[in-house]
Amino acid sequence: MAVLDSKIPAGNLRDKWTNHKFNMKLVNPANKRKYDIIVVGTGLAGASAAASLGELGYNVSAFTFHDSARRAHSISAQGGINASKNYQNDGDSVYRLFYDTVKGGDFRAREANVHRLAEVSDNIIDQCVAQGVPFAREYGGLLDNRSFGGAQVSRTFYARGQTGQQLLLGAVSALNRQVGLGKVKLYTRREMLSLVLVDGVAKGILVRNLVTGEVEKHSAHAVILATGGYANVFFLSTNAMNSNATAIWRAHKKGAMFANPCFTQIHPTCLPVHGESQSKLTLMSESLRNDGRVWVSKKKNDMRAPGQIPEDERDYYLERKYPSFGNLSPRDISSRSAKEVCDEGRGVMGGDAVYLDFEDSINRLGKKAIEEKYGNLFEIYETITGENPYNVPMKIYPAPHYTMGGLWVDYNLMSNVPGLFILGEANFSDHGANRLGASALMQGLADGYFVIPYTVGDYLASQKPTLVKTDHPEFVKAESELNEQVKKLLSIKGKRTVDDFHKTLGRIMWNKVGMARNDKGLKEAIEEIRALRSEYWKDVNVVGSNGDFNQTLERAGRVADYLELGELMALDALTRNESCGGHFREEFQTEDGEAKRDDQNYTFVSAWEFINPGEWNLHKENLEYESVKLSQRSYK
Amino acid sequence: MSGKNINVSLKIWRQDGPKTVGSFAEYKISISPDASFLEMLDEINNDLESKNQIPIAFESDCREGICGTCGLVINGQPHGPIPKIATCQLHMRNFKDGDPIWIEPFRAKAFPIIKDLVVDRSGFDEILQTGGYISINTGGVPDANAIPISKDIASLAMDAAACIGCGACVAACKNASAMLFVSAKVSQYALLPQGQPERSQRVQSMVAKMDELGFGSCTNTYACEAECPKGISVTNIARMNRDYIKASVTSNSVE
Amino acid sequence: MSWFNTFFNSSIGKKLFMGITGISLILFLKFHLINNLSLFGGPEIFNTVVKNLESIKPLVRVIEVVLALIFLIHIFNGIRLWIENKKARPVKYAVNGSSKNSTIYSRTMAQTGSIIFIFLVIHLRTFWMSFNSIGVVGIEEHKYYEFVASTFLDPIYSGFYVFAMILLGLHLNHGFQSVFQTFGWTHKKYTPIINVIGTIYSIFVAIAFASIPIYFLFIQGGK
Repeated sequence: MAVLDSKIPAGNLRDKWTNHKFNMKLVNPANKRKYDIIVVGTGLAGASAAASLGELGYNVSAFTFHDSARRAHSISAQGGINASKNYQNDGDSVYRLFYDTVKGGDFRAREANVHRLAEVSDNIIDQCVAQGVPFAREYGGLLDNRSFGGAQVSRTFYARGQTGQQLLLGAVSALNRQVGLGKVKLYTRREMLSLVLVDGVAKGILVRNLVTGEVEKHSAHAVILATGGYANVFFLSTNAMNSNATAIWRAHKKGAMFANPCFTQIHPTCLPVHGESQSKLTLMSESLRNDGRVWVSKKKNDMRAPGQIPEDERDYYLERKYPSFGNLSPRDISSRSAKEVCDEGRGVMGGDAVYLDFEDSINRLGKKAIEEKYGNLFEIYETITGENPYNVPMKIYPAPHYTMGGLWVDYNLMSNVPGLFILGEANFSDHGANRLGASALMQGLADGYFVIPYTVGDYLASQKPTLVKTDHPEFVKAESELNEQVKKLLSIKGKRTVDDFHKTLGRIMWNKVGMARNDKGLKEAIEEIRALRSEYWKDVNVVGSNGDFNQTLERAGRVADYLELGELMALDALTRNESCGGHFREEFQTEDGEAKRDDQNYTFVSAWEFINPGEWNLHKENLEYESVKLSQRSYK
Repeated sequence: MSGKNINVSLKIWRQDGPKTVGSFAEYKISISPDASFLEMLDEINNDLESKNQIPIAFESDCREGICGTCGLVINGQPHGPIPKIATCQLHMRNFKDGDPIWIEPFRAKAFPIIKDLVVDRSGFDEILQTGGYISINTGGVPDANAIPISKDIASLAMDAAACIGCGACVAACKNASAMLFVSAKVSQYALLPQGQPERSQRVQSMVAKMDELGFGSCTNTYACEAECPKGISVTNIARMNRDYIKASVTSNSVE
Repeated sequence: MSWFNTFFNSSIGKKLFMGITGISLILFLKFHLINNLSLFGGPEIFNTVVKNLESIKPLVRVIEVVLALIFLIHIFNGIRLWIENKKARPVKYAVNGSSKNSTIYSRTMAQTGSIIFIFLVIHLRTFWMSFNSIGVVGIEEHKYYEFVASTFLDPIYSGFYVFAMILLGLHLNHGFQSVFQTFGWTHKKYTPIINVIGTIYSIFVAIAFASIPIYFLFIQGGK
């Protein structure tokens, strides 16, 4: 496999994107309709890409496994979206957003990509407002902002606690418009199960019609995957039940390299686990940390009710350890600190939870102000837990939430497979080893609205308009492989359910490839996952048939992929002998327990090439820092 | 938090496919009151699978009440007995030991059943595809702060935009009318300055599509508002009526 | 006029015409009620009122035709909506939870309307036809009051009349505020007031109309 070429344009950081836009080739407006583009996924990145490409005149086919484009998991993002508008006059700028993001990512992201992200962030807000996204406003009628973890300026735009929903509905409205106009053909209830390469170039996909079970073949001049992250490998995560890694994993197995798989983000403010039947974890927006104070008792196994613990026996550990950022410290730091105090036995009632307390803010700002800001979040909390957070502090605990890793892409968001583009959370590009709050929405929309429309044109300009037919031997071959796998899954008829395997895998991942990792645990994890994988193919029970709506079969394919992906995550974590961002190796920490990076040896992107299940080749893309000086990340 | 398990007996609608005849099947389970309603169904399914039986098909995704995927009619009420939540946010602590629970799919001609409790709500998207948008392309838009919008108006627009498209309004309405869903989208754009250029044409095409798809008419029972997990107000329907009447009477189109 | 056709046949158009005809009928009821209440003034007053109406017969005829048209549109449209709305849910729920999300009178407009329609037919046959000397039932020269009084002495007739008026009250209670919703005339400040006025008006209309048979049956008849 060729050496990885990031294709970062030459020149000054500030001018790279501008110059690159000028230097890229264009497809003549009359010729655009001769090109077909497949977009898989209709979240922020997918919907915005499909809509924008349709507007340009390409023939777009968009695919989602949901019943509607609007259901994509972007809809669950609560807090907000960052942009460097500097509407608050508090010193924000493109460069500051860029710098915060690179620093927040613990210096493991590409400078040029991140700078481009910061540059287009302002356009995103303009675009969304023009689409009718009802962002929060101030009394004067202008847009309101709030601050978010990892930043000292107020640059986050929001729509109550439903920013992701509103942005997604905006992007989907643009997509719907193109569907109505006939420029985008939308295929719902279709799950991508295979990528088709012809002479090493991405030329199409196979999808399973989830209603009829039929395999459908689709060919195109370019394939765009915007299928989200893989945090559901942990079984319990804040991701939606159906979020999965299958699309990117199947692409990976066809040659696309997987970058930084071990960079996973554990979100600090989620609801604690209630019991065995728990199906997923619920995130409470990080924006709560603006006004909530995180604390635990100073004593171990303190069984007193929170109100009974006097002020001087409380440990506001984030404020104590990180005085300047306090409760707004970045996610990885906040999560790990919570784990630390709970491991010490100082969690709520000695268990796995810490308090998020609004009492001070309610006293300072009044209940009404708090209700205005967080009313719906408080309601959600009360619905789930049966406790009223206006009276009793919330209980929170970290949970897997976002995956910074993903398929490797170059500056054009194209993977190492020509013609295969990866957008949003599915790629690895912008967040380095840790993502800042309110940056995922920004990246998804930046990729979809403002990057891919240019870069895909650059690629297509050098492609002939003839379309590969779906009876091409490569399509036929991919189809028979797929049918083979489905047949196998259905024929095992073992004793354990798919969910049972998934839960077992999740426990291995959470315990050994979770918030804190070590050499021994990772090696064990690899062995355990391998054993579980081979057991899976002998003992899983997939009921039902292939010829109809079969949710068990859907999940079975996804879990089969997780069982391979989990191993790669452990392998990547084991290979990266440093701590950075969401990747914390216990062997590599400072005396006071902070992550210790090794810039000398690990300032690179790990890109894994698939050979066989359980066998990968590591390629490295060295990260060059021209503008930013690498420093120990400090939020003290 | 956790108390003693509760025992419930369930009557769940089972239907193999769109054209087959369905019927209720009975299940019993003992479950923690802290489990969610859908986790209770997960448990039943796990049990069915381990007995080599076909699990109950039902849909859910985010399980946080925002994606709008889930939707069951529980004892005659879409999303169950607790107001302003989606099915996925309903917890078993709201049921008493021994309670009988009937679970049915959303029923409407415009929402055909796919399997068991899964229905096809693509009609909603078809309505949105005829006008649920502002016709602007990516790029070339004014600065986000170029048009000030009063906080009250933005807030009203947000109230309408909060719709999750679950279809509970249709399921609750005795006429299976989609007016609340359609009016929420129409209102969001009717309130905002950005929506004005297409205001009249939008409401006409969306209503026409809604009628074409076989949703019933609104007879102002307001069951939709009562069952809406996001509390979308029927004043949106009034706004849509007003806009539609105005558009029909005053527009230049004679079609 | 294809736009009018589209408009009239749209779901909102149908509602609008229900509303327009409904509010017209509400207005008519008010005049009808004022005339009827003159019964309490005794035979002389009531008979004079009817005689006065006789004197402007051509105008009354025109109004009657218009009224009949309004009734027909209201009824025809109502039946059509009822049928279409039934079709929108071909398979019913096994458990009906509607009592938890809506009022019974809002859900039963078709049923209350149907019974009111039956009442209307009987009512027209008894009074309108007799007053106009159509068919077999004739009235002695200008003895309208006496005719009304004797008719209401029948407890079954009066009982049905009172029952129909209760249903009319329920029908109006939903219909009154519904008209404003359908026209899009809702407002945070005024809608609650309209709802209260609607309820008061409905109760008043029902009681006032029903008081007449009760008066004749129990008070006059008891003498």
